[in-house]
Amino acid sequence: MNLKISALEYVQQVQNGTISAEDFVSTTLDRIKSVDDKLHAFLSVNDDAVNQAKEIDKKIKSGDKVGACFGMPISIKDNMCIKNSTTTCASKMLENFVAPYDATVISKLKQQDAIFIGKANMDEFAMGLTTEFSAYGPSKNPWNTEYIPGGSSGGSAVSVSAFECIASLGSDTGGSVRNPASFCGNVGYKPTYGLISRFGLISYANSIEQIGPLTRTVKDTAFLLNLITGLDPNDNTTVDNHNEDYLGEIEAGIEGKKIGIIKEMIAEGTDPAVMSATKDAISKLESLGATCEEVSLDMVKYSVAAYYTITATEAGSNLARYDNLRYGYDFPVEGYEFNSYIEKARKKFGPEVTRRMILGGFVPSAGQAGKYFLKALKVKSKLTKEIDEAFKKFDLLIAPTVPILPFKIGEKIDDPVSLFLVDINTVTANLTGKPAISVPYAVSNGLPIGIQLLANSMNDKMLLQAAYALEQTVKLPEVPL
Amino acid sequence: MTKIGLEIHCQLTNLQSKLFCPCKANYREFEINENICPVCMGLPGSLPRLNQEAVKKATMIAMALNCSTPKKIAFFRKNYFYPDLPKNFQITQLNIYGDTSIGGTGSVMVGDKEIRITRIQLEEDPGRLIYEGSSSKNQITLVDYNRAGTPLVEIVTEPDFDGPKQVREFLNILSDLLENLGVSDPSLEGAMRADANVSIEGGKKVEIKNIGSFHDLEKAVHFEITRQESLHSREIEIAQETRHWDDKRKITISSRSKEEALDYRYFLEGDIPWVTIESEIHDKLKSEMPESISSKKERYVSKYNIPSQVADVLSSDKFYSDLFEESHSESTAKEIANIITTDLMGLVDTREKREASKITPKHLKDLAETIQSNKISRNSAKNALYEIVKTGKDLSHIISELDLGNVSDESELIKIIREVISEEFQAVEQAKSNPQTVNFLVGKVMQKTKGKADPKLTLDLLKKEIGV
Repeated sequence: MNLKISALEYVQQVQNGTISAEDFVSTTLDRIKSVDDKLHAFLSVNDDAVNQAKEIDKKIKSGDKVGACFGMPISIKDNMCIKNSTTTCASKMLENFVAPYDATVISKLKQQDAIFIGKANMDEFAMGLTTEFSAYGPSKNPWNTEYIPGGSSGGSAVSVSAFECIASLGSDTGGSVRNPASFCGNVGYKPTYGLISRFGLISYANSIEQIGPLTRTVKDTAFLLNLITGLDPNDNTTVDNHNEDYLGEIEAGIEGKKIGIIKEMIAEGTDPAVMSATKDAISKLESLGATCEEVSLDMVKYSVAAYYTITATEAGSNLARYDNLRYGYDFPVEGYEFNSYIEKARKKFGPEVTRRMILGGFVPSAGQAGKYFLKALKVKSKLTKEIDEAFKKFDLLIAPTVPILPFKIGEKIDDPVSLFLVDINTVTANLTGKPAISVPYAVSNGLPIGIQLLANSMNDKMLLQAAYALEQTVKLPEVPL
Repeated sequence: MTKIGLEIHCQLTNLQSKLFCPCKANYREFEINENICPVCMGLPGSLPRLNQEAVKKATMIAMALNCSTPKKIAFFRKNYFYPDLPKNFQITQLNIYGDTSIGGTGSVMVGDKEIRITRIQLEEDPGRLIYEGSSSKNQITLVDYNRAGTPLVEIVTEPDFDGPKQVREFLNILSDLLENLGVSDPSLEGAMRADANVSIEGGKKVEIKNIGSFHDLEKAVHFEITRQESLHSREIEIAQETRHWDDKRKITISSRSKEEALDYRYFLEGDIPWVTIESEIHDKLKSEMPESISSKKERYVSKYNIPSQVADVLSSDKFYSDLFEESHSESTAKEIANIITTDLMGLVDTREKREASKITPKHLKDLAETIQSNKISRNSAKNALYEIVKTGKDLSHIISELDLGNVSDESELIKIIREVISEEFQAVEQAKSNPQTVNFLVGKVMQKTKGKADPKLTLDLLKKEIGV
């Protein structure tokens, strides 16, 4: 059984009877058993997956209508609710939280007969970009297990790269899908804000984050987007995409497209290998008929500071509900006065979450808001103006997904500020609500490099067409696992 | 000069669902913690889903209070930890970043005094805390989240009141107005709550929180003014502070909590996009606004010649004015207004009695017409009304069942009149010399017929018999 197939190949092979969902799923579970001790992509695995696959095989055999996923095993970042399953956000705070409902993306994929093979590891409450801040231990990069896989959707990226599933759903608040996709060599997508319902996604910074797929190919991403995008009455921030078909014309090419190279994202500090991969990608795009030209987004230099100020503010509010009174972990409330109880209960948060919540209590507070939070909002709106201006001239923008290569586990964990700077190329898409994709493009010293493309809001389809064109120009070596 | 400002919380009790989820806005009929869902419990991953009907109803309140209504409204988070608040923040509105609250400045006339409205905001109600245990040592706090997320409109006034009486009058007007709009039932327990700011000449502002009813609000304001004046007269400084209303002891108590020092870290609620109230919607709401109480009153007086005091009572209560509107015609209007204000109001003077009452507009219409055609006396009509409220039976049924119909058969009436004349010799003589006193004899006839004699006919026949 070959697990190294794309989502579209899987669908084709199940449909024509070459493989069965049951065989594929049980082989995938064996794979998880054999490699996940080393990689730690999963926080929990679905024990019922084989039975669910059997049911789908039955449906196929009896000629019943079968959903578009045909039992495809998909991993889900552990910050999305699946009814009756533990959803921890990789936090001790939610150790015993069993979701009583399905996230919208989950119910949509259930209808399409996807199988949720397991809940993927992540940085606690999605705060981090290495997955080292998981309260349950870090995930490892399958390309070299001494290295971080990126984050915060690290478990998702690892599970896709290590063939522990076909595809995964992560969430991207400041690069949390694109960063690990780049570091692990898969495609990572952050859609236009509002394209995918966030209902059931546990909020970190709700005004800028989106759920996004991590897949082996650009076409697989388009395939999944067709299933999970669109208006959702349960999420007032969703936008109507009129059932756009992202896969249909994906091979349209990029001839005549104008692409802006974001100057501030290839600045000093960019790793030479990343730099040369970017230049190579640009010349490939030009050879396909696009024209590329440098563009400056001045506000990018303040974007990381603005990003951390805004996300800390929202996190401070979004995570306030974890007082352990209604759900959480085992810690009886009897005998405590309210304030002393929650103070004690909330000690279960890990160090990075605690850090950001303290920051989130400070930057929007009376007397400080003008210096920090309101200023950050100004940067956000100026950056949006700048990028909107750029999209008047360009169809797409390009930059490396991450300016550096993956680093070793433990290397930067004690230096939060240098970690923050790794986000410099990804936060712009979140702050401005624009769609962005990371396409695996090169390998340097055995570690993958991703190239990022951005498009204007609701131009997701064109973005995927460009990413597909770029993807066709390279063939990466296999994961040495 | 005494200055009083109010913050009034009014639940939109007539809505189907809570402000951000499909749970019922009418939480009162549920067992504890049965009217909840992932959204109003603030479960991880849940998102608010704005009840558009609440936006419309709150806009109507703003219009009725003559407030400006911005085209775009926004929601903010008010961050603080409290066990009745499932998310540990409340979704509310404010105007610090421009006028984004559902209602801006407005005003209401209380007698000759204009009370200015500062703003109106739409927000969610928290859950309900229940304290148990006799001493502080064994006290436990229980939380019922059924109420959490109920749509609440906060009405903030300027410190324009000069005393408890004016507060009381304003609350009456407001309560009638909300009921007339059909947005809320102010008589429901907890549907109306208020905070008050009170300061006397030369003193600092004191905020009184936690006043659970309008009735207590007047008392609390009264108590607080007396307290402050007493301090002032003894030259003790009045501290700027927050006090709580103790509704058992009916006094205000200083709250030692650090509540005043709280920093709510307000910021935009990103999960609810800005709401644009298009001018068409605005105009439509305006056209759908029920007639205001004052305009109703004016119409009753000018069109039907109903006395001003009667019109006042009739128009300010939705229950009665609805009955009136659906039953009256040009010719019966005055009669019906009288039946309602003199007889019906006494029969259904409590919420329970109103709800149990079986009266319909048709009953009133029949009753008025029957009176006007002299088929029933006003006295009997009162008895019939009592039966109607109790049983809901048809008026004609009741009249025949209880034999309430007028004695209008002339020969029968003359028999009774002659009886009276023979019995009341003195009175007859007196009536002959002073025709004014003939009414005494009419009364006697009424007594004999148990009030069923047609009074006009009786009078005519009597006069004829006596010869005056």
